[in-house]
Amino acid sequence: MTQRLPLVIFALVMALIPLVPGMPPFWIVLLDNIGLAALVAMGLVLLTGVGGLTSFGQAAFCGFGAYTTAVLTTAYGVSPWLTLPLSLLVSGIAAVLLGIVTVRLFGHYLPLGTIAWGIALFYLFSKLEFLGRNDGISGIPPVAIGSYEMLSPGTIYYAIWIAVLISAVLTLNLLDSRTGRAIRALRRGHIAAEAFGVQTPRAKLLVFIYAAVLAGLSGWLYAHFQRAANPTPFGPQAGIEYLFIAVVGGAGYVWGAVLGAGIVVILKEVLQSYLPYIFGGQSQLETIVFGILLVMLLQLAPSGVWPWLTARLPLKTARRTADTSLTLPARERAPSTSAVLLQLDKARKQFGGVTAVNDVSFDVKAREIVALIGPNGAGKSTTFNLITGVLTATSGAISVLGRKVENAPPQEVVKLGVARTFQHVKLVPDMTVLENVAIGAHLRGASGAVASMFRLDRADEARLLAEAARQIERVGLTDQIDQLAGSLSLGQQRIVEIARALCVDPMLLLLDEPAAGLRHMEKQRLAALLRQLRDGGMSVLLVEHDMGFVMDLADRIVVLDFGTKIAEGTPAAIKKNPEVIKAYLGAAA
Amino acid sequence: MNTTIMLFLLQDGITNGAIYALLGLALVLVFAVTRVILIPQGEFVTYGALSYAMLATGQVPGTAKLAVAMGLVAFGLDLFFARKSLHARLIARAVAVDIVFPLAVCLLTYALAGPKTPIAVNIALALLIVAAIGLFLYRIAFQPIAHTSVLVLLIASVGCHLALQGLGLVFFGAEGLRGPALSNVALTAGALRFTGQSLAVYGLTIAFIVALWLFFGYSLTGKALRATAVNRLGARLVGIRTTLSGQIAFLLASLIGAISGILIVPITTLYYDTGFLIGLKGFIAAIIGGLVSYPLTAVAAILVGVVEAFSSFYASNFKEVIVFTLILPVLVLRSLAAPAVEEEKD
Repeated sequence: MTQRLPLVIFALVMALIPLVPGMPPFWIVLLDNIGLAALVAMGLVLLTGVGGLTSFGQAAFCGFGAYTTAVLTTAYGVSPWLTLPLSLLVSGIAAVLLGIVTVRLFGHYLPLGTIAWGIALFYLFSKLEFLGRNDGISGIPPVAIGSYEMLSPGTIYYAIWIAVLISAVLTLNLLDSRTGRAIRALRRGHIAAEAFGVQTPRAKLLVFIYAAVLAGLSGWLYAHFQRAANPTPFGPQAGIEYLFIAVVGGAGYVWGAVLGAGIVVILKEVLQSYLPYIFGGQSQLETIVFGILLVMLLQLAPSGVWPWLTARLPLKTARRTADTSLTLPARERAPSTSAVLLQLDKARKQFGGVTAVNDVSFDVKAREIVALIGPNGAGKSTTFNLITGVLTATSGAISVLGRKVENAPPQEVVKLGVARTFQHVKLVPDMTVLENVAIGAHLRGASGAVASMFRLDRADEARLLAEAARQIERVGLTDQIDQLAGSLSLGQQRIVEIARALCVDPMLLLLDEPAAGLRHMEKQRLAALLRQLRDGGMSVLLVEHDMGFVMDLADRIVVLDFGTKIAEGTPAAIKKNPEVIKAYLGAAA
Repeated sequence: MNTTIMLFLLQDGITNGAIYALLGLALVLVFAVTRVILIPQGEFVTYGALSYAMLATGQVPGTAKLAVAMGLVAFGLDLFFARKSLHARLIARAVAVDIVFPLAVCLLTYALAGPKTPIAVNIALALLIVAAIGLFLYRIAFQPIAHTSVLVLLIASVGCHLALQGLGLVFFGAEGLRGPALSNVALTAGALRFTGQSLAVYGLTIAFIVALWLFFGYSLTGKALRATAVNRLGARLVGIRTTLSGQIAFLLASLIGAISGILIVPITTLYYDTGFLIGLKGFIAAIIGGLVSYPLTAVAAILVGVVEAFSSFYASNFKEVIVFTLILPVLVLRSLAAPAVEEEKD
């Protein structure tokens, strides 16, 4: 409850503001505008700051919300309360249609795409007859509870700020959940998240829709606040301004959206009312100052005002203790009698004219540690990517438990019990070790986004975190459990990746250079852990360059050179194999 | 529809498309070198066009003073960032580029501006002014954050657009301006009439496409600029001066923008905020071209121009809607063709 205290205080303060005697009505209007902008910016925080998808088109979704209620209430006399779900629905549907097209775009194509449809929609709003063209629609009825009509800025104020607070709480709940972790992993690329079963396109579409619905809500409130709707506030300039708000506040922080909205709306007001006095009667001076401030802000405080502020406040985050007595049900196992877990049969991968993996065949049996070694560029990591579905094989077959895995995506491969780590560590640096590891258990949880928003996922969540904590303990990183993953040494980050893979409850663990960056003692502990896992019934396939480590640990070694398997056998046999010696040391002259 | 109307629309579309192509080329150029998506490209267009139009009436445009002011800021930044290793040559270069150059341009403008100044001189002055602004824009807004992500650069770019557009209103006022034609030559071919102006548009567009293609494909400097875009650190390690690459790219882009502006201002009236929309249409072309290919961008730009011309004839109300929606099928195609493995860097 103590965590909720600042929120309760904030809600109380906001509730009391309009009751202060002598409060100028103009300030209330300003606060109304701040709330409206904060709603849109909150969606952008989730979309851009957390999910890494930049949108310049959010204002258009406000337009969907506003015009839906405007048309229905004025032309068809529908009650505003009935149009609220419809406004949200229309924004949501628009987001699905635009999202299917846009969210799959990479990098800069995405923001550019949003600029393009943002402008197209703006012109559409201003040209359509039934939306009143450039004049828009006026005479929208106020929101009413019974016979009490929210006519004044001071009454709609409560509707707006209740919406802001509820949205903030729901958004925070969403971020602190199984789905939230999947969303937070998006910004760091999709490969790691997909390796643990996250459907990244679906997660992206989800945040896109969520942001659009928040914008639609803002639009609905705006329409009933202004009692009119015209295209201007839903145009590209407004879309840019919302992004500006999110960046100013701190694009990764929900409360940053509220703070940013406050700063920008007040600043704009001040600039608009004072600049003309200073520089004479010319308009638009505020956009000059705005633009310059935006550029300066990016140079001086790229992460926004909110993190800057919280770093200076004596707030401490509560340590999350996971109740490790809770257990997750084991991963569903396919019935199998096969002793061979993984089999590669003439697997081949060509990139253009380069054959990275050349008809490689080997297998991994139950309770076995197999090492894949070879000089740099031998095709080891590519082999890993073929097995885990990141790449599709040009020809050949890969089978897990005797069943062919034909071009299965990573999300399907992990369901078979094949979990992996990465050569280049792929953790989310601004998430704690616990949260990072919990992504590994993604498929063993079931709670969806809506359940998380209303905190109906807590039992499921506690079990996921308990499992994560247990695996962290198993790899010996309990002391670092609450630290940000990015603050750990590279060696420790590799161990975190192993814990994350263990959360899958795998039968086969694929480790890509797990010992790189570890100290001698740490390597010995890792070797002991892997032996223990094998004795517990797991198999391990690892790529490693540390020959001492490999020769000590592996039951069997497969050697690749230029994509081709040149040897396979026990460590003792491999050490003497002339082909292997030639590959590593070159032929004797 | 008869053939004559179709030919007229086609001609109109191609002329506009050629301008979009020029802008699209500049956008690709800047993106390829600095990873900045240059939203203020439209402001280079209006600054070039309206400075030229004002000079033609004998007035000195405010952009000349803006160049000096931006030069001063750039000078301050140059000294600040080099404060640990100041030496005479560096200071001399900063003084020459940041102070002497814009001041000379500004003084020259004041000295030469007048109602009887020849068109060529006015064009040269307008180009010099905008080139200086482009150069300093990179120095001030983008060079300090050159290492950050495409997104941060994009947002900064939007900030620059807002500031420059607001300044445009201050310099040129809310009234639109039109400039004198570059030449009064006209050719007639059947029903179509080719003015010297539109011929200049075609000629310059083709010349720029070929020049840029040659520059980036075959010259060492061009390759160095491209290397900077792919990997700044790597480029620096092999001795490429990455900050200089960015400045060159912006200089070229602002020049191209100003030239486009000067080419269209005799044909249509330009307002201080017209550039944004024109620039965005260049964008559509650049995106269709994938922000990488010059010839593809040019073809796409012509397509955008032609679609615009036809839709303004058939559905003039929805002209902009149609043009900006044009991008969606392209984006769909691109997203379908997107490579399966693509790690985004942060």
